[in-house]
Amino acid sequence: MAVLTQKKPTTVFEKFNDETWRRKFLRNVLIPWIFIAPLLLIHIFVVAIPAVQGVYMSLTDWKGVGQDAQFIGLENYRELFFEDETFGKALGNNIAWMAFFLTVPFILALFCATMLAQVKRGGMIYRSILFIPYVLASVVTATIWKNLLNPQRGIGAAIDNLLGLEDVFGVAYLGRTESALMSIAFIDNWHFWGILMVLFLAAMQAIPPVLYDAAKIDGANRWQEFRHVTLPGIRPTLLFMYMMVAIWSFLAFDYIFLTTQGGPGGASEVLATQLYKNAFLRYQAGYGAAQGVVISIFAGFIILIFVTLRRRGWDI
Amino acid sequence: MTAIGKVSLRDTVLQRGRSKERSRLLVFNHTVLLLLTAFAVIPLLVLSFNSVKTNLEIGQNPLGPPVNIVTENFPNAWERGNFRITMGNSIMYVVATIAAELVLGGLAAYALARKKPPGSDALMLYFLVASTIPLWTYVVPLFTQINVLKRAGVDARILLVIVYVAGNAPLSIFLLRSYMIDLPTELEDAARVDGANEFQVLTRIVIPLTKPGFLTVGLVVGLGVWNEFFLALLFIHDPNQFPVTTSFYKFVDRFDRDWALTSAGAIIIIFPVMVLFLALQRQFIEGLAEGGIKT
Repeated sequence: MAVLTQKKPTTVFEKFNDETWRRKFLRNVLIPWIFIAPLLLIHIFVVAIPAVQGVYMSLTDWKGVGQDAQFIGLENYRELFFEDETFGKALGNNIAWMAFFLTVPFILALFCATMLAQVKRGGMIYRSILFIPYVLASVVTATIWKNLLNPQRGIGAAIDNLLGLEDVFGVAYLGRTESALMSIAFIDNWHFWGILMVLFLAAMQAIPPVLYDAAKIDGANRWQEFRHVTLPGIRPTLLFMYMMVAIWSFLAFDYIFLTTQGGPGGASEVLATQLYKNAFLRYQAGYGAAQGVVISIFAGFIILIFVTLRRRGWDI
Repeated sequence: MTAIGKVSLRDTVLQRGRSKERSRLLVFNHTVLLLLTAFAVIPLLVLSFNSVKTNLEIGQNPLGPPVNIVTENFPNAWERGNFRITMGNSIMYVVATIAAELVLGGLAAYALARKKPPGSDALMLYFLVASTIPLWTYVVPLFTQINVLKRAGVDARILLVIVYVAGNAPLSIFLLRSYMIDLPTELEDAARVDGANEFQVLTRIVIPLTKPGFLTVGLVVGLGVWNEFFLALLFIHDPNQFPVTTSFYKFVDRFDRDWALTSAGAIIIIFPVMVLFLALQRQFIEGLAEGGIKT
């Protein structure tokens, strides 16, 4: 040890000539970074650089490869917020989507997980079956439900038949302006809520059983038990998923694209489907990029809200 | 009556009441759960029913079980949906992405968990921040870059796999790193004493002991790639390179009225996933809960 400190090299040149130092550098710095580099570089080229380019692109009127890009400052954003009427409508649809996803799947999943947590036998079988829709591809789920919501051959028509009615339930849920968006949300939720239930169930099973015993001794009924033991117990999971689902609500695309493509007449158009049309069908790359930046600003805003609440002492 | 007697009496009364209440409540629980199970399963049952009916029968009986079971929808869908090609493509996308993700993610996670070279914290922060950037922010420039590379002669399939690997990079690094950190270092030290180099320590000691982590990442990434639709739609234009999802999308578009055919096609797509899911239920569910939470 004493020998080592005595020999400790000072200049870079000396360091490099020093065998021990070189070996240490190799083992503790160079090799680890060689291990990290491939994945990091791939990620930088696929995500980080395009993300920065996206911000720049949003300040141009670029129309795609082979076209000249003019720097136009915030013109795209001005157009988006003040001239493009479809943007406001799409944003409204995203907010309606968020309202749906922050209530329906959460209530469903909380209710189901509570029921499931109390079941001793067969619990795992229920869990597996209820989870199945989550592993299906969106193209398949969309096809299944497009058929089931068909006005002539779907569930609605079957109910009408059963009740001797005509065209009461058998309507084109996806083809009507007033029901299209919520019908798609329903389809997406059929696929999605299982994972939420599994996450809540896992959190509930981590709550110490003594807390429930204590609640029972205090004479708590089922609701009070849920309200004062279960909910606080799963609070971190619940709030985290609230944040994630709120963010995802601004990114919704697949199910809308696969069922109505935003129609009829823009009734189910959201920011992402609009971006897709602007950037990839109308070749308004700059304008589409601006929409992409706006989407990430909304997502960042949601994160900010949660971080602030956490700082304020909300134990999220 | 003593206080103790009172408590025990209260307890027995409570317990008797409770066990009666318990069983009544569990009937309620099972009823609710069975209804929800029906909600999850019935759409899939209808799909399976329709995949073994003729279109004529679907017209008369669109939801119920088949009266006559026909199987020709499957070979028809397989043929007309070009599944022989697209299944192979999808398997290739899945296998290539999993392999690259596990090798590169494993290397990076090991370096971050064990070596912690200078800059590790900044790197973790980078991946944390980057994982919150929505695809929509970078998809337009990414699309143009990919097109430039494709025009330069790079295989679109390789580019798609690279995009998938990048998209799953934060997940694989975080998950594998957490598994490796939990591993006691003594074993690795012992191997080093025995003269193993870094690479051997990783392949002989760390990877075998963190297999569950690799399995989880593999399942989550594999399922994600198998089901992925949008990026494949964007980047793959040659029908002979389509994965099953985009191919099925065009297939449904073309045979819109032919429910028997499209139902059989849907069954073909979900069949491999269902088999794997039923075989590895616990790993699937817990793995996805751990790291694959996506809409």
